[in-house]
Amino acid sequence: MEILFSDFFQRALAGGLLIGITAPLIGVFLVLRRLSMIGDTLAHVTIAGVALGFLTGFYPLGAGLIFAVAASFAIEKLRKAYKSYAELSIAIIMSGGVALASLFFTLGKGYNADVMSYLFGSIYTLDNMDLIVVGLVTIAVVVVVTLFFKEFFLLSFEEDAASVSGLPVKLLNMLITILTALVISTAIKIVGSLLVSALLTIPVAISLLLSRSFKSSVILSVIIAEIAVVGGLVVAGIWNLAPGATIVLLLIALLALTLIGKKGLPA
Amino acid sequence: MKPGSLDCHQHMIEIEDLSFSYGEQKVISGLNYTVKERDFLGIIGSNGAGKTTLLKMIVGLLPASSGEIRLFGEPVRKFKDWERLGYVPQKNAFNPLFPATVREVVLSGLYNNKNLIRRVSKAQQQQCDDALEVMRIQDIAEKRVGQLSGGQQQRVFLARALINHPDLLILDEPTVGIDAETQAGFFDLIMHMHAHHHMTFLMVSHDIDMIKNYLGHEPVQSNGKINFYCRHSHEAQDCVEENLQHTLV
Repeated sequence: MEILFSDFFQRALAGGLLIGITAPLIGVFLVLRRLSMIGDTLAHVTIAGVALGFLTGFYPLGAGLIFAVAASFAIEKLRKAYKSYAELSIAIIMSGGVALASLFFTLGKGYNADVMSYLFGSIYTLDNMDLIVVGLVTIAVVVVVTLFFKEFFLLSFEEDAASVSGLPVKLLNMLITILTALVISTAIKIVGSLLVSALLTIPVAISLLLSRSFKSSVILSVIIAEIAVVGGLVVAGIWNLAPGATIVLLLIALLALTLIGKKGLPA
Repeated sequence: MKPGSLDCHQHMIEIEDLSFSYGEQKVISGLNYTVKERDFLGIIGSNGAGKTTLLKMIVGLLPASSGEIRLFGEPVRKFKDWERLGYVPQKNAFNPLFPATVREVVLSGLYNNKNLIRRVSKAQQQQCDDALEVMRIQDIAEKRVGQLSGGQQQRVFLARALINHPDLLILDEPTVGIDAETQAGFFDLIMHMHAHHHMTFLMVSHDIDMIKNYLGHEPVQSNGKINFYCRHSHEAQDCVEENLQHTLV
């Protein structure tokens, strides 16, 4: 239990609490627009950036962040080129990210243990610099989502209606994709790139079963994510497990309980 | 409608030498048409005739291959006064599992380029209440839209389109997937609005009987497989009053 009071665990907890706000806040717009896979794609690209960071000595999270933002622009560009096959852009960028990551992995030998923490998450790796970056990203996400909440709502509910209302649909789409890139690249140090999209989608999946209004589903997603992050980090800390795994398994357990509970409820 | 905001018979939509092709296939060719204030234009055509394509070009969702569309005298690509236009999309345009209440959806009719970032004011909340009341859906304001019947959902989307008191209302196949009785009720409602509130309507539909019944049996123009039926609100008022007389006798 001592581990829970250690500096590195407190840092991981602080970072986790911030990511527990940002991930579902962006995830709700991705899920409702059926773009859940963008999370996975950007996570894979981020890992390529992190690997390059290790290879060149550049701050890995910063390199991952730059890669993720560049990939988000590329996805938007490809989505325009393949209008009727929007999922193609996701497949192309995802495979490009994995290819680059494996290239950088093989070029740089001897840092596999560090890379593992980016794949599955770790409570030991978050330093003060990382915490500052997570804090800045959280401020950016909360401010932008608060400012454009009603516009993002209409965009997610019905994109054509948003266009016919004269909303800057392209700009709003781009904002959501960039924010997604920022959230993912900062979350992977705790949750890991292979599991980060679960933190964006599963809290939203649970809240969709329970909420009647859009506002309540956003608030509930954040509460669920926070429960999973805190619970998952504590379990990971006590039994020395990868926090990505414990957080995601806790989310899946919550989802299963909700589904069972919903079935038991009268229609 | 905003009082005094329109000149008599103002041109609401002007379509000039409009053409559209999907690859080699020409869907619309050299179309010219003007929708004037208080007209009710019905656009009829079979599946694939190009009626939804035409509507998407009119609201700026799709660029024309050639020609021009003007809304209230302004080329659609430069048009900014979107609050003057209400839009009711096809019923299947939204995800029925989306967690949104009736109030949230109706209120979204106010989210436009002129209200960007601004918070919803008390006056706008009142506008929403008024729109809910006009459509008689105030009792279901806090219900999730996806759980409503097709007819109720159409009233929600109509309330959203009307919340800004638009001068022009555009409806894209508003009765698809709705039972015959509810369809008739919906048509009665919008015909009444046309006759008594002097709004201009453009409706895309596949329901030729319903359109002919209200807009007359002969199309005013045809282009390829698309037919245009039109009625002016003076005639509409006569028609509605005539029907009323018959009912009273």
